Amino acid sequence: MTGPSVAAYLVVSVLLFATGAFGVLIRRSPLIILLALEIMLNAGNLALLAFSRHAGNGDGQIFALTVMVVAAAEAVVGLGLIVAVSRQRVELDVDRLTSLRG
Amino acid sequence: MEDFLVWVVWVLAAAALLSSGIAVVLFSNPFFSALALIVNLASLAVLYLILAAEFVAAAQVLVYAGAIVVMFLFVIAYLGGRADAPWAGGPTLQSVAAIVAAGAIAVEVVVVVALKAGDRLANAAEIPATFGSPSEIGRLFLGPHLLAFEVTSIVLLVAAVGGVILGTAVPRERRG
Repeated sequence: MTGPSVAAYLVVSVLLFATGAFGVLIRRSPLIILLALEIMLNAGNLALLAFSRHAGNGDGQIFALTVMVVAAAEAVVGLGLIVAVSRQRVELDVDRLTSLRG
Repeated sequence: MEDFLVWVVWVLAAAALLSSGIAVVLFSNPFFSALALIVNLASLAVLYLILAAEFVAAAQVLVYAGAIVVMFLFVIAYLGGRADAPWAGGPTLQSVAAIVAAGAIAVEVVVVVALKAGDRLANAAEIPATFGSPSEIGRLFLGPHLLAFEVTSIVLLVAAVGGVILGTAVPRERRG
């Protein structure tokens, strides 16, 4: 049970990453931007695991698990920020959240 | 025959992965986006299983679909899931630039893979039967990667404290 080579995984991974990057660039709702960020992190994880399987080395899986933990932490802090911003009765639109702009 | 079945499952999972990823980005309702992310994570777990990463696949389903997506759904329910229409008013300069930037990333990596995917990327290494099993992951985490393991716990602690502080309501009169 071998399946496709690492090149096929890399192509899928970069297409997923481009989808996530497109979402981050085009959406204005911070919730959807966070979801697109998760997609980008998962695309990176897929490439890590594909190379880990290709090289026969388990270190890539450790790296992927660590990335997963960082993604969970990022989602917690990001959602906390969104809830805190929405408490200020500000519209949730990243183009209009400009009060920190110098 | 077995290899053919693996290919069929792989193509189905990859197609579900990419189409649900596009669905996450394009749905105007955040609730539907979060539901599409579940499909995305499930098909990603199938690819992880084909890559002999059983423990990572299980952790992915538990951590993402079980915890992160549920948290997203709670926040969307709390904020009332307003739709933002990304396509209102026709193509803007920003949307065209976003398509160009995302396409450039994809084309760059595909070209590099196509140019360099010679014999070095063709043959995968032989792996033992324990590759990616929980015991092997545990041996790696508590052996060569102990520092990453410990730093991970600090990152989680800091994120938990930050989430509590961000979520604590400060009364308006006490705000400085």
